[in-house]
Amino acid sequence: MTSLAGKSAISLSRIAIYAVLIFAVLLYLVPLVVMLLTSFKTPEDISTGNLLSWPAVVTGIGWVKAWATVDGYFWNSIKITVPAVLVSTAIGALNGYVLSMWRFRGSQLFFGLLLFGCFLPFQTVLLPASFTLGKMGLASTTTGLVFVHIVYGLAFTTLFFRNYYVSIPDALVKAARLDGAGFFTIFRMIILPMSTPIIMVCLIWQFTQIWNDFLFGVVFSSGDSQPITVALNNLVNTSTGVKEYNVDMAAAMIAGLPTLLVYVVAGKYFVRGLTAGAVKG
Amino acid sequence: MATLELRNVNKTYGAGLPDTLKNIELSIKEGEFLILVGPSGCGKSTLMNCIAGLENITGGAIMIDDQDVSGLSPKDRDIAMVFQSYALYPTMSVRENIEFGLKIRKMPRADIDEEVARVAKLLQIEHLLNRKPGQLSGGQQQRVAMGRALARRPKIYLFDEPLSNLDAKLRVEMRTEMKLMHQRLKTTTVYVTHDQIEAMTLGDKVAVMKDGIIQQFGTPKQIYNDPANLFVASFIGSPPMNFIPLRLQRKDGRLLALLDSGQARCELPMSMDDAGLEDREVILGLRPEQIVLASADAAGMPTIRAEVQVTEPTGPDTLVFVQLNEAKVCCRLAPDVAPQVGETLTLQFDPAKVLLFDAKTGERLGTAASLPVQDRADNVTRIKGR
Repeated sequence: MTSLAGKSAISLSRIAIYAVLIFAVLLYLVPLVVMLLTSFKTPEDISTGNLLSWPAVVTGIGWVKAWATVDGYFWNSIKITVPAVLVSTAIGALNGYVLSMWRFRGSQLFFGLLLFGCFLPFQTVLLPASFTLGKMGLASTTTGLVFVHIVYGLAFTTLFFRNYYVSIPDALVKAARLDGAGFFTIFRMIILPMSTPIIMVCLIWQFTQIWNDFLFGVVFSSGDSQPITVALNNLVNTSTGVKEYNVDMAAAMIAGLPTLLVYVVAGKYFVRGLTAGAVKG
Repeated sequence: MATLELRNVNKTYGAGLPDTLKNIELSIKEGEFLILVGPSGCGKSTLMNCIAGLENITGGAIMIDDQDVSGLSPKDRDIAMVFQSYALYPTMSVRENIEFGLKIRKMPRADIDEEVARVAKLLQIEHLLNRKPGQLSGGQQQRVAMGRALARRPKIYLFDEPLSNLDAKLRVEMRTEMKLMHQRLKTTTVYVTHDQIEAMTLGDKVAVMKDGIIQQFGTPKQIYNDPANLFVASFIGSPPMNFIPLRLQRKDGRLLALLDSGQARCELPMSMDDAGLEDREVILGLRPEQIVLASADAAGMPTIRAEVQVTEPTGPDTLVFVQLNEAKVCCRLAPDVAPQVGETLTLQFDPAKVLLFDAKTGERLGTAASLPVQDRADNVTRIKGR
């Protein structure tokens, strides 16, 4: 299209399409712009100015204050999210491997039941989960919260890996068995190296879910072990003193940055077809 | 190098389901090349998986070197397999693919390198060793898959339709190469195929299967010349054997088949005369190359005049189709004959080569004894053309 210089490249419909697209992009960017601008304003500036106006004085005070408030909770979130993501992904991979390549009697039913986990709303598991955590002596601990996230995430991670692995031909596993490899050797040396795309999908999904979680965080943790989402809520909902919107906005940005970072870093591994051509037929 | 014997092997996927394999009995000697051939769904791949240990049998025994391996896991059977899909490990280089089984078996590094070099040289894939399977053509992948099997020097090779993903030309080349390889290495081999030409050309022994049952087990020659039943006769041979349904009659004390081309009739005397054949619905089987142009020096042979309906020049032969009784009959004639459609030919048969099958059961009729399905002795001579 573009190679045809002249009229066809800049037609009226093309201009219309781009206009609509640019409008949509701007619309989506407005909240981010407002947040960014507000976070760099002084409280006085915010109360007098307009939402989209440029800061009268650009100041980082909001960010400094925000970081001072959420600092500890940010690391809490890291401590919760990283182990929960890694463990749920690892177990999900193993589950998917078994459910697709080492089927047993009733494995289809097992998988079907597991899928129900994907449809369970958070609220329904709150009571049973807190009961179980209490019995295990893990109530209000970071370990307990991690455990809940792992269990809740397993339904999703298993689904991801199982659906990815069913497309890998059985013959690979058969060949490896004849070569003398056992269950875990096949998983480690043949299957896992082929799993990069789905591992990335799973990591992104789980990271986003767990980092952004509020409900489990507010229910299963307390005081200084709460995740950043809960801390952010507490900060924004304080009713004492003057509302410092610049701090709120900066804190919200800090809370949202890690997920953004994960998308940017891991997104490029979203490559499909790494196995293409290896197996014909 | 090993012998392989299957003793009454049975396989079913559950009570109430039809048997996938039924009473499989066969044995091959050290260094022999066994072909399992049959249409899809006949159980040949299942049988191969059972030999490999990838599936369990529900009855019988699988003996390798007179040792029952049916309870052993695949890795303990010392078997290597080439899969139809090649099943190369996609994330490993060709070298790593070949090494994998050796590494798992904890072979010393120096020996591994030596073995990889040997196999790569044998298969002429030295220049591919550092590539990934995805970067190879179909034929190259096929070689690597073979290399992986060759590297371990197992007792038995299993090939599961290894050539079926190649294009026609490459398939013929690789077929010859596999035969050469087997002649050189002399390893006991089991080879599954649905291609009857591969079966005829590669095998020392052929087992023709259908519905989980071995229809016939014998040398390619036995299978071709002496099929046990209608299925084997129709499955092996290209173009396929002609089948003419008719009723045998007795005239002047001789058993005759009456052929009618619409232009002429022919009384084809039967070489066999077993009790109960007379006045019976049978199917007469004649291979296309056994119908030839009548020649002067073969006097006394039955002949018939028939009108040419279709000709198919294939290059080395011309296939000519004529109508005999209710059947369209293919004759394989020399290319220089090249008759025209509508022309009338005089064709000649050798009654000694005619086969008879029961019209209902498809079983072979009219041999001295009913044909045994298994043919262990190679030197069984059948009484033909008494």
